[in-house]
Amino acid sequence: MRLRVPLALAAAGLLTLTACGSDEPTEAAAAGTSADGGGLTGTLTVFAAASLTDVFTDLGDQLMADNPDLTVTFNFAGSSALATQITQGAPADVFASANQTQMTVVTDAGLNSDEPTVFTENVLEIAVPADNPGDVTGLADFADADLTLAICAPDVPCGAAAEQVFEAAGITAQPDTLEEDVRAALTKVELGEVDAALVYASDVQSAGSGVQGIEFPEAEDAVNEYPITTLTAATNPDAAQAFLDLVESDAGQQALTDAGFRSPSS
Amino acid sequence: MLPLLGLLIRAPWSDLWPQLTEPQVGQALRLSLVSATLATLVSLVLGVPIAWVLARSTIPGRSVLRALVTVPLVLPPVVGGVALFLVLGRQGIIGRVLHEQFDVTIPFTTTAVVIAETFVAMPFLVISVEGALRAADARFEDAAATLGADRWTTFRRVTLPLVAPGVAAGAVLCWARALGEFGATITFAGNFPGTTQTMPLAVYLALQSNPEGAIVLSLVLLFVSLATLLLLRDRWLGRSGSPVT
Repeated sequence: MRLRVPLALAAAGLLTLTACGSDEPTEAAAAGTSADGGGLTGTLTVFAAASLTDVFTDLGDQLMADNPDLTVTFNFAGSSALATQITQGAPADVFASANQTQMTVVTDAGLNSDEPTVFTENVLEIAVPADNPGDVTGLADFADADLTLAICAPDVPCGAAAEQVFEAAGITAQPDTLEEDVRAALTKVELGEVDAALVYASDVQSAGSGVQGIEFPEAEDAVNEYPITTLTAATNPDAAQAFLDLVESDAGQQALTDAGFRSPSS
Repeated sequence: MLPLLGLLIRAPWSDLWPQLTEPQVGQALRLSLVSATLATLVSLVLGVPIAWVLARSTIPGRSVLRALVTVPLVLPPVVGGVALFLVLGRQGIIGRVLHEQFDVTIPFTTTAVVIAETFVAMPFLVISVEGALRAADARFEDAAATLGADRWTTFRRVTLPLVAPGVAAGAVLCWARALGEFGATITFAGNFPGTTQTMPLAVYLALQSNPEGAIVLSLVLLFVSLATLLLLRDRWLGRSGSPVT
């Protein structure tokens, strides 16, 4: 590769991209016989909620392995930031939101080229440091003013969900900080700086051994649905549809379940 | 300048007042001004001596010290916040002792806001003052010394007045940076209305649910900081040349 690119550049500047791609056809030929036929080309840009980072990166790699001429790029951020970027004209092919509200922002602007479908769900879980210094056992502990507690700010999805479960449970929470997003809340648990935080089950899963998750029944009052859609701004609609199909396939759903999500309408 | 213009154009002027009179806005603004001012004072107390050491002393490892002082300038503020946790958090090197022996916890308090802002903003002061010290003629200090002034008197009566404009400029930069501080604050101090939610944090969160409100908050922050800086500038210009005691 290192030698090849300058050579190709010298020969014919415009051919560099194809020259690079043609390095790996033998490897990809075997995998290329997938359902998608391996014929996708160009670049696919996926805007996805930050909580999907690990799963979608893996699925993107899979799609690229099946389609050697395809490049999948991701923009992972908070759903509201993504929705703002899309309505401001960001060139995206697919949008996967962590809630219906931000998907509505995009659909209200008429920027979806297909009806959004719910592809996965996420529920809240209590995250505590591995040694659980505050002896937290359930949602009721969030009313304890002596504990150092983090929940998300009501302006962001995980905070809105937290408000719902507290309301349903009749608990007045005594948080010490209202975090700007769910990862920030989780970081404070990982560092052992808070006794508990209310985050999503998938976040607990991604945190590994430093964080312990506690399920609680009230979580069913705020199930978070993740909708996905293709966008009118898509420059690569075929690849966009292939990515959607992959997410909704058995393999895609399994990857999501492994990451702590659960299949819709379960 | 253009982004500023954008804010002005998009501002929802018609319902500016109801947005402004929300109690959270006043609370956040007050907290911002108080904590930025405290951070500037702390920076002056710690930063001016550091700048003096960097500019005038000949201790070994000076360049290492300078590099360390400027680290917060290159460090992403969020990383700075995590670093502060590792030192002053309740699991941190110093914070653990404070927490276990004295029952003092720094994170999620207004103190944490001031510490985070000082951490990020102080280098601006140190660098300005160091520059001023280097530019100032050291012979005045030598003259003072030959006239029998001790080091502290020389510093207070000769050096400081000489570099006063540099200190003032540094303090302004430091205050402005502290006022806009976001990353280290939200990481180390958290975000809670009244105790740790400064204006930049309020703006960021408002942006999630109410973009127009966020624009209003940004404008408030902008106008208050501009007004303060203009006011101070007039003061200093009017006073320049008069002896500083």
